[in-house]
Amino acid sequence: MEIIGIWVAAFLTLCIYSFLYRDNPFYRFAEHLFVGISVGYIIIINIHQGVIPLAWEPLSEAISALWAEIVGTTTPETRNALWGLFRILPIAIGLLFFARLSPRHTWLIRYPIAILIGFGAGVAIPNVLQANIFAQTRGTIEPFAAINAGTLSAWDTFGAILIAIGVICTLTYFFFSVEHRGPVKWASKVGIGFLMIGFGAAFGNTVMGRLALLIHRVGFLLNDWLGSFGAFFG
Amino acid sequence: MLKYKIILWIMLCSILFLYDTYVFSQEPETTPPENVTAVDTPNDDGSSITVTWDSVRDDSVRSYKILRNTDGGEFEEIEEQLDVDTLEYKDSNIEKGKTHAYVIQAITDTDAILVSLQTEGVIATGQWFHSGKIQLFIAMIIFCGAILGSIYLCRNNQDVFVRRIPGLEAVNEAIGRATEMGRSILYVLGLGGVENVATIASMTILGQVARRTADYETPLRVPCNDPIVLNVVREMVKTSYLDEGRPDAYQEENIFYLTGDQFAYAAGVDGMMIREKPAAVFLQGTFYAESLLMAETGNSIGAIQIAGTDSEHQLPFFIAACDYTLIGEELYAASAYLSKEPMLLGSLRGQDWGKILIFVTIILGVTLELFGINWITTLLQSVR
Repeated sequence: MEIIGIWVAAFLTLCIYSFLYRDNPFYRFAEHLFVGISVGYIIIINIHQGVIPLAWEPLSEAISALWAEIVGTTTPETRNALWGLFRILPIAIGLLFFARLSPRHTWLIRYPIAILIGFGAGVAIPNVLQANIFAQTRGTIEPFAAINAGTLSAWDTFGAILIAIGVICTLTYFFFSVEHRGPVKWASKVGIGFLMIGFGAAFGNTVMGRLALLIHRVGFLLNDWLGSFGAFFG
Repeated sequence: MLKYKIILWIMLCSILFLYDTYVFSQEPETTPPENVTAVDTPNDDGSSITVTWDSVRDDSVRSYKILRNTDGGEFEEIEEQLDVDTLEYKDSNIEKGKTHAYVIQAITDTDAILVSLQTEGVIATGQWFHSGKIQLFIAMIIFCGAILGSIYLCRNNQDVFVRRIPGLEAVNEAIGRATEMGRSILYVLGLGGVENVATIASMTILGQVARRTADYETPLRVPCNDPIVLNVVREMVKTSYLDEGRPDAYQEENIFYLTGDQFAYAAGVDGMMIREKPAAVFLQGTFYAESLLMAETGNSIGAIQIAGTDSEHQLPFFIAACDYTLIGEELYAASAYLSKEPMLLGSLRGQDWGKILIFVTIILGVTLELFGINWITTLLQSVR
């Protein structure tokens, strides 16, 4: 069974790699298989990790608890389960996505969309502000305390000054309502220089990572797949 | 007399010697963990309790175990083998609305178990307001104030200069090229969800692109990887076509769900590029490792490519493989740049005011730190 798995994996790997030559039926087969399986997998994951535990189970328990309340067989557990009835509200809002199926009621879809975008922006913006602005501003300033205390080496002092200049110049590049001429132009040119140096380093770093992935896949083909020839034919 | 004194001294010394020998021959008494406290974790949604304890002054202790009871029931082990340096544990698997008490067991090298006293029972409750984020809240108000003020000024006909962004100037060129060649435009929104800032910015750009494709009747293909993003995008594009007075040109089937899996999505988009050969490819939004796969394929088919992302690790690939790249915040500025609407232009100027504030904070902070004054750093450190 394991050998069949290796052969299927090797076949699909070669199908995907065949794209390097040109588009062909093997690549198309692997692509459609990949897309189809992933969609099916995601639907099942969403049902099992979303719909059932977050909507179906609490709601059905709440309805059972409501029935127990009506017939007078309530317990502390069923009373607690009654809170699940509040889930009707988000479930109903989510169901508005299906309004698209009726042309007359398509406008209803705007409500869940507005709630989602508002919620998303509300959650994301403070986090971005904290991580991208406060933390980075602090990181730029903090080393100068060590420079003042005399605990930073000459090389690290140079690094701290370089980072401060880099941050200020890069920030200047991202001023949109100011015309880039005179000192602003030169500061933004230095800023874009810093950005390109950073991108170059990131490029090299990521390419090394990708090569490691390629080596791993080639290793799989050479060792696992070619190594299984004996077992498969023998 | 002297003889008695010597005998007395010898006896005294002997007694002291015997006493010391006895005292130092005793092993130090190993006490269980002390000062064990359990408190409702502050500033959370009432889903955790934080347990703290003092370190045991004994080298033979090698780990801790935490036991919990619920509503006065039996104690059950909830975490085993906590490192001996650990003096705090956040229990996130509590039952809401129930009372939990804890004991800590210190385990020695000889597997002896030293059990602490039981903590007071604690019920976790959620907080409506996160007191640790007050500074962030004030900063948000300042930034929002700057943006709203700028929008107000722009609406009162104050002209706003926006510097040239080459990547956005090329948008019309790309759409025009696709129209002339009679081919489609492929717009890829990346892998971000609807809550992602870059995806929101990308959708706004798409709205502007859709206005032009509605005018030129150029097919616009948008493969989505998130079903919610798909619905938002369909609404935005439809609104753009309606605004341009071309609802007949809107084709809903051109905006479709491909898959939510990262590399399956990349494979699908690559296949579309190769088979449909779009004349222009827009890669705007949040991207991960699939960025180069898509950008390289777009490059190989000769499409004009305009990319934009705030994922700094993917920007180098876009710069290498695309014709134009919107770097970071240029993506956020794009919608204002393209539409020239006073509200968006005002928000752009407001963001610039925010940047000036950061600019001043850095220069002031660096200068003050060099003079040993660190209140700006302390203030920034307090923001969580």
